[in-house]
Amino acid sequence: MAQIGLFDIVGPIMVGPSSSHTAGAVRLGLAARRILGSEVKKAQIELHGSFAATYWGHRTDVALVAGLMGMGMDDERIPQALELARAAGLEYSFTAADLGDVHPNSVRMRVEGEGDAITLCGSSIGGGRINIFELNGFQISLDGSFWVLMTKHRDTPGVIAEVTKVLAIHGINIAFLDVSRTTRGSDALLLAQTDDPIPELAVEHVRRIPQVLTVRTLPRF
Amino acid sequence: MQITSAVQLLELAAERRQSLAGVLAEYEAFRGNTTVEAVRERMGETLAVMRTSVQKGQEDEGKLSHLITGYGRMFAQADAEGRLLGGALFKKAILYALSVGQYNASLGRIVACPTAGSCGVVPGALLAAAEELGSSDEELVDALLVMGGVGIVSAAQGPISGAEGGCQAECGVASSMAAGAIVYLAGGAAEQVFAAASLALQSHLGLVCDPLASLVEVPCVTRNATSAAIALTAANMALAGIPAVVPFDEVVGAMKSIGKALPESLRETSLGGLAATPTGRRLAREMRERYSL
Repeated sequence: MAQIGLFDIVGPIMVGPSSSHTAGAVRLGLAARRILGSEVKKAQIELHGSFAATYWGHRTDVALVAGLMGMGMDDERIPQALELARAAGLEYSFTAADLGDVHPNSVRMRVEGEGDAITLCGSSIGGGRINIFELNGFQISLDGSFWVLMTKHRDTPGVIAEVTKVLAIHGINIAFLDVSRTTRGSDALLLAQTDDPIPELAVEHVRRIPQVLTVRTLPRF
Repeated sequence: MQITSAVQLLELAAERRQSLAGVLAEYEAFRGNTTVEAVRERMGETLAVMRTSVQKGQEDEGKLSHLITGYGRMFAQADAEGRLLGGALFKKAILYALSVGQYNASLGRIVACPTAGSCGVVPGALLAAAEELGSSDEELVDALLVMGGVGIVSAAQGPISGAEGGCQAECGVASSMAAGAIVYLAGGAAEQVFAAASLALQSHLGLVCDPLASLVEVPCVTRNATSAAIALTAANMALAGIPAVVPFDEVVGAMKSIGKALPESLRETSLGGLAATPTGRRLAREMRERYSL
């Protein structure tokens, strides 16, 4: 049985009104920004299920944009997030969508920065906890409680071994490892969730692996 | 170290010859891979956020809430004009709980305890009691640690969300946490802490989660105030030595069974209970029309 955190019960500290529809939504937006790795210029946001039905009451829209602006779930600027986004030149749109058989509090976001863009699907699963379950078409599972090393690479033998070897050399323990691809031999995604932060030197080593196309790290969020 | 039940937590404290607060601080330090001092410091910061939410909740008129506005101001004004009944402690608990609950609905920064929907109960009951008792911040941090322990014991054995267990699992658990913490703050024995928690939860069993128009406003905010009052009542009964008869762990078990027996319409879906009354339906329709995507 997992140990229940004292500050999960007496907390989290958050901007109201709802841990699932507000705090979790801020974290989903923040996750998208962190994965994009730069300032968000444009966001097309599709709300599913309970998010679509009750977003206005819990300010799920405001919360998602607050996260995209880089705010955490206890940031007191959250109520002004839409105004701040417009002032910062962040274009956003909201539509309702059916994302299929997923958690009722789910969202799909296409987020663009300077030159780069990602599409991400995630759910707010209660108490401010989240799960990112799709990234650029790849199935993943990411809740923000670990450090992350993410690579896009050619789907060829040995790449996973090379990447995990680099982490081992740097003394980084992998808590969870996801590997995903769209079709055989195409581009694939590796997502290692680690107990320790990943130093720049390790990232540089991974980048030198020939089949690796891009590398990105994420802090916990 | 694991905490699985009130019985087990009390045994743990007895074995280690430690106070409940001491055990809880060590539990969290071990779990979070940190120190007891860091845990206490973080709890101190949590206390500061609670206090700020009490203050700001009284100043905020509910600018961003939909159905409720000015509850804190109305209550304080009525008190100042001598229109209310009861002693200072109860009035203060009601004022604080209403203010924090409304502040949450108005996008204020609060401590979810255990949930955002029930965030006014603990600041209401516990902070009012602490002012009455003249407790120090150190004593309050101890009480908040113990309070977290009551919450962990509930979460280990039952639901702590309206979607799973109804309002008994939100305001009910919050009220039992506050009741236990007040007894601890007032110098009650460890067993009395859980007697108070048990009594408070007993008074919430069966309470459904039926918010109007899917908002955390009606009846949530006023329910936070009544749950704070129940916490004070339960704490007083426990301090008087009145037994809970049914131990806290068993009451949590009862809450869990009741939660399972509740139809989905009474578990945070806004399809039953108060949400399904003519008034509830009308307000939901008005909100939908105003905001549909």
